[in-house]
Amino acid sequence: MSSKQVSYGEEMRTVWAIAVTVLFFGASFGLLARAAGLGVLAPLVMSATTFAGSAQFAAASILGTSGAVAAAIAAAVLLNVRYVPISISVASLFRGPRLRRLAESQLIVDESWALSSRGGGRFDRGLLIRAGLILYACWVGGTAVGVVGGSALGNPKDLGLDGAFPALFLALLVPQLVDARRRAAAFLGGAIALVLIPFTPPGVPIVAASAACLLGLRARS
Amino acid sequence: MTVWPVVLVVGVATVAFKSAGPVLLGRRSLPPALAGVVGLLGPVLLAALVVTQTVGGDNRLVLDARLAGVGAAAIAIAMRAPLPAVVVVAAAATALVRLIV
Repeated sequence: MSSKQVSYGEEMRTVWAIAVTVLFFGASFGLLARAAGLGVLAPLVMSATTFAGSAQFAAASILGTSGAVAAAIAAAVLLNVRYVPISISVASLFRGPRLRRLAESQLIVDESWALSSRGGGRFDRGLLIRAGLILYACWVGGTAVGVVGGSALGNPKDLGLDGAFPALFLALLVPQLVDARRRAAAFLGGAIALVLIPFTPPGVPIVAASAACLLGLRARS
Repeated sequence: MTVWPVVLVVGVATVAFKSAGPVLLGRRSLPPALAGVVGLLGPVLLAALVVTQTVGGDNRLVLDARLAGVGAAAIAIAMRAPLPAVVVVAAAATALVRLIV
């Protein structure tokens, strides 16, 4: 495999860099949810069960501005539909009884999934689980800090942390572009997402981009 | 309390989405045609995440400091900087441009 080899130490340093970022965003979610009138317990339960930042931010802000339950649910669910194709891509990593696979699969989140990606459709199970556990702790812990008064941490946007996530995904994408088919599929997926952003609710562009995978249908002997 | 139905429905839906592959497919191997499709999910979804997280907004494209962060990251990647450095460079560039502009 021609994707570059990354050392265990470098992998874990990246996990911790992302973990700090996730901690800040967890705190800002807690803060926003509290300000939106969701109380203390509900944001914590949401972070512990949903564990997906963008959907939680969307639900909290819609509840805070309009109180529209159906709209909040629809937005958050649409944002998380991407976990269907994402979980299919790593399905083979999960073994054992159904209940155990159900529990472990909850550690799948954009960042743990992306970090564990090795290119060529292969994923590192150990890294996905380790990163997932660390990020889960940071997300729930950050939410707790936020709901009890995380304004002291500052706005994650002032720290440029919203620019760190796309950079991480780009850095993990580049080593995977090893052949013409993958480059074409990635380009097409990015283009589909870009074109749809202005016209669809958030979440839809990523799910629709999965259609670019159909390039993989072209027979290979 | 309008909050709890949202917490419940979104939570149950997300648990179902995340477990869809591992619970329904497990280690069963896919037919070759489908395996080719699933093998492309990595680069395709990563590319879509890069795009939506860089210029995604509320039903519109938003060109802001995140672009500078991703641009700086691209340079760092081209210079073969280690992954943690790429992330830090991106955050610093985003923060800097936001501060100035």
